[in-house]
Amino acid sequence: MGNDLRMSDLVFEVRGLTKVYRSGEVEVRALAGVDLTLQPGELVVMLGPSGSGKSTLLNILGGLDHATAGTVRFREHDLTALDDAGLTAYRRNHVGFVFQFYNLIPALTARENVALVTEIARAPMTPEAALDIVGLGARMDHFPSQLSGGEQQRVAIARAIAKRPDVLLCDEPTGALDSKTGVRVLEALMRINKELATTTALITHNAAIREIAHRTFYFGDGRITSVEINKARKAPSEISW
Amino acid sequence: MRTLDRKMLRDLRRMWAQALAIALVIAGGAATFVLASGAYRSLDETRIAYYERYRFGDIFAEIKRAPRSVGEQIKGIDGVAVADFRILHYAVLDVANLVEPATGQVVSVPERIDGQQNRLHLRAGRLPEFDRSDEVVVNEAFAKANRLRSGDTFRALLNGKLCTLRIVGIALSPEFIYAIGPGDLVPDDRRFAVIWMAERALAGILDLEGAFNAVSIRLLRGANPEQVMKTLDAVLERYGGTGAFTRKDQFSHAFLDAELAQLAAMRRVIPPIFLLVSAFLINMILTRAIGLEREQIGLLKAIGYGPLTIAMHYIKLVIAITGIGIVIGFIMGAWLGQGVTRLYAEFFHFPFLIFRNDASTYAIAGAVSVASAVAGALRAVAQVLRLAPAVAMQPPAPPRYNRGLASHIHARLPLSQMTIMSLRHMARWPMRAAVTVLGIALASGLLITALLSFDSVESMVNVAFFKIDRQHATVGFNDPQNMRAIDSVRQLPGVLRAEPFRTVPVRLRNGHRVRRLSISGKPADMDLSRILDANLRPQGLPSQGLVIDTRVAELLHVSRGDVVEVEVLEGKRVQRRVIVSDIVTSYLGLSAFMGLEALADLLDEGPRVSGAHIAYDVLQERALFDAIKSTPVVSSIGLQKRSISRFRSTIKQNIDYMVTVYVALAVIIAFGVVYNSARIQLSEHAREIASLRVLGFTRNEVSRILLTELAIVLLIAVPLGWLIGYGFGWLLIQAFSSDLYRVPFTIERATYAKASLVVIAAALVSALIVRRRVNRLDLVSVLKARD
Ligand SMILES: Nc1ncnc2c1ncn2[C@@H]1O[C@H](COP(=O)(O)OP(=O)(O)O)[C@@H](O)[C@H]1O
Ligand SMILES: [Mg+2]
Repeated sequence: MGNDLRMSDLVFEVRGLTKVYRSGEVEVRALAGVDLTLQPGELVVMLGPSGSGKSTLLNILGGLDHATAGTVRFREHDLTALDDAGLTAYRRNHVGFVFQFYNLIPALTARENVALVTEIARAPMTPEAALDIVGLGARMDHFPSQLSGGEQQRVAIARAIAKRPDVLLCDEPTGALDSKTGVRVLEALMRINKELATTTALITHNAAIREIAHRTFYFGDGRITSVEINKARKAPSEISW
Repeated sequence: MRTLDRKMLRDLRRMWAQALAIALVIAGGAATFVLASGAYRSLDETRIAYYERYRFGDIFAEIKRAPRSVGEQIKGIDGVAVADFRILHYAVLDVANLVEPATGQVVSVPERIDGQQNRLHLRAGRLPEFDRSDEVVVNEAFAKANRLRSGDTFRALLNGKLCTLRIVGIALSPEFIYAIGPGDLVPDDRRFAVIWMAERALAGILDLEGAFNAVSIRLLRGANPEQVMKTLDAVLERYGGTGAFTRKDQFSHAFLDAELAQLAAMRRVIPPIFLLVSAFLINMILTRAIGLEREQIGLLKAIGYGPLTIAMHYIKLVIAITGIGIVIGFIMGAWLGQGVTRLYAEFFHFPFLIFRNDASTYAIAGAVSVASAVAGALRAVAQVLRLAPAVAMQPPAPPRYNRGLASHIHARLPLSQMTIMSLRHMARWPMRAAVTVLGIALASGLLITALLSFDSVESMVNVAFFKIDRQHATVGFNDPQNMRAIDSVRQLPGVLRAEPFRTVPVRLRNGHRVRRLSISGKPADMDLSRILDANLRPQGLPSQGLVIDTRVAELLHVSRGDVVEVEVLEGKRVQRRVIVSDIVTSYLGLSAFMGLEALADLLDEGPRVSGAHIAYDVLQERALFDAIKSTPVVSSIGLQKRSISRFRSTIKQNIDYMVTVYVALAVIIAFGVVYNSARIQLSEHAREIASLRVLGFTRNEVSRILLTELAIVLLIAVPLGWLIGYGFGWLLIQAFSSDLYRVPFTIERATYAKASLVVIAAALVSALIVRRRVNRLDLVSVLKARD
């Protein structure tokens, strides 16, 4: 997959994206025709009620799941046409993902959880540097079980940014955090977004966070119901939780 | 991939108890494989080396008496490398401190022993001086059993002369590795001696100067033994030859061979069963254990690790566990194998021991273990990799249960909600439950397989010694006597009953199948030494025709009504075709029977007897034994009671050791399987249990879900294990059969019970561990990572 960045190009171009979960006779339409585009270096926030399909969209953008119908283009590549190996390479080389449930490896320390990614990335920062960015430099050798939920989430963020990804996809990264920690996490994300021009998508339940984004997508029933452009972005420390 | 390797090591450390249990199952399988093959190969190799170094003969023949001059003729036979001419004789012995009379096989030692076959391995002392008729060397087993040393004396009745013999040396011989006295059913070291005496002296006592009565031949490489024997028989016929025979029919070799064949057969049956069962169990355990890693596999995939890398990670983990198991198994197997080898070697009195095992044994055991483990891991990993990472990383979606059977039962029986949950679990994952059931059933099947040898051997002893051969003793004559000899036996003190018998060496032939054995002639009114039909009921002998046991029938491919060719190997050496009138059960040796009269007719001679089975008054035993020690006509005596106890303490001891080892390994495997099943089950339900605990259920209540499931699994596995054990056992018993002895296929109820008890004990221990885990379950950590 090409690594040449042409700023004028779109990073993501999503057309008619549909996702149906089938388990037995039950069908769940998680995405019912989503269209959107993301610009290079853009930071977007996705808001919407629980079950409206935000995670599903993010998973498909991150190459973690297959679409039922529609197309997803990442730069000049059609993600929906990629096979398993292609998706693996895509995730490895371009995507940083922050999962809703942290998903750290319990047997590895914070530093090692980050190293897991830096070892296979093309031009990563060191695990130590990544952990410093999220303010965990002092707790690098702790195991997940010795960290609080917020600290685990910051390890997960360090893991996602350590490879200097082209896109950073974060599913409720601040969901379990208090405001002070939440601010630090958001500051880290913004810093990555600004310094590395990483296209960032961020799912949250906290409507106030939309104030740090370039754009906000509102979700409902598997569709994007409206898009809002933010003229005056605020710093994380300025928003009220 | 350094970080992944670190994860592997930490995982290994975290799950050490479970890893060890898995490793032990592998070790159990590998150990049996290595042990059985090592014991067999070592003994086989030792025997071959022993035979070579001590120049064990290839062909043997016995005659009444031939002049030395015939020797030159024999040396000239095509294919003969070396021929030794010697004198063999049986004698009744009177040994100090030994109440019972003993029997001695006297063997002549020539003046010049260089180039001699069947050489002695002197353990102590020296050979007898060539002109001393009072100096002898005895076999080590006899000396040890009677605490005799160089310088000690004992008495022997030789050719009617009572001689006092002084022991000047103690030796081993390749001819008497398995030293068994005439009339005895098993070796009795105390009562059977091999006595080597200077040839000139022995010839003098037996009036055989310038003559010999036995030949031992070593063949040239590539010589045809059949041809040599034929020529030899022709040469010796007029000197009263009883037919040349090869090692196959040499007593010691035949018995040793049968024992080794049995070891080899056990090696072919038990270890593969153990290995395959352990392989299956490992596969099952690892598939489930790695299935638990689903979310971590999903994560690795999500952050860009390829399927090969992920698979390799788990393969490494599994190989590490398997490797530990294999190493433990190899060490255990080699060690136990040496133990078994030593035990047998001691029993056989080998002068040295060669430990040997095939590299291929280790390779097979290792490869099968690794392959099954890796396959199990791969299956689990592949299952997870098939899922999109987004799905794999989520906890499995709540399974869809059916109201189904459990609810129906519930409607009828007052079952608790916990029991219903267990039943639903099993109904939801029937394959998983079935595989666990099968695993535990296989483990208890192994136990039954290992244990049933005890039953079968005991049942064999019962039939052989208490139903077939019920005599107290068997006396043998050096030469066949006329019927009056029986009267003199009857007149011995304390003798209550004496049943004559006649044994005749013959070759039985059916087409190209030939077997050398003895036909026993028995009287119509036999009551001590009897013949049993297939249902173990005593039966008489027909007035005509031959009765053979099932083993002989199989070897010769004959059935009732067929005709076999009988070639008598003594006297007039008649050859006749005789009808097989019946086939009977016997567990020891190869048997063929005829009525005394029918046998005399066949031999074309008057009724003569080789000895008598006797029952005597135990109170007069001493007087009887003293009388026998000085009765010239009696040349040997076998004591039944001693045979039974010898059987129990020697042959059975060998089997018991072997079987005990197998039982121990089966117990380890059973524990490993049950423990692992319980642990995996706990992990699979950890979240559910934590949720229930949070909802306020007590530890007892949530434990019951797991324990009920375990109990139900056991309930099905136990009877299934009986069936499997029955099947494996049948295979094993087929392999056990040899010319030396057969064992009936018997499984006592107690054996089923024992196997099940072990499995249940394993389940209880596992339940306790699971219970402790439930107590320590950290509710927060199990639930924390989830919304
Ligand atoms: N693996 C799955 N199987 C079945 N249904 C699913 C699965 N994942 C999500 N869904 C369903 O799809 C819908 C959208 O879910 P999701 O994208 O997680 O919503 P959000 O993240 O907006 O809360 C929901 O109704 C959810 O129940
Ligand atoms: Mg979501």
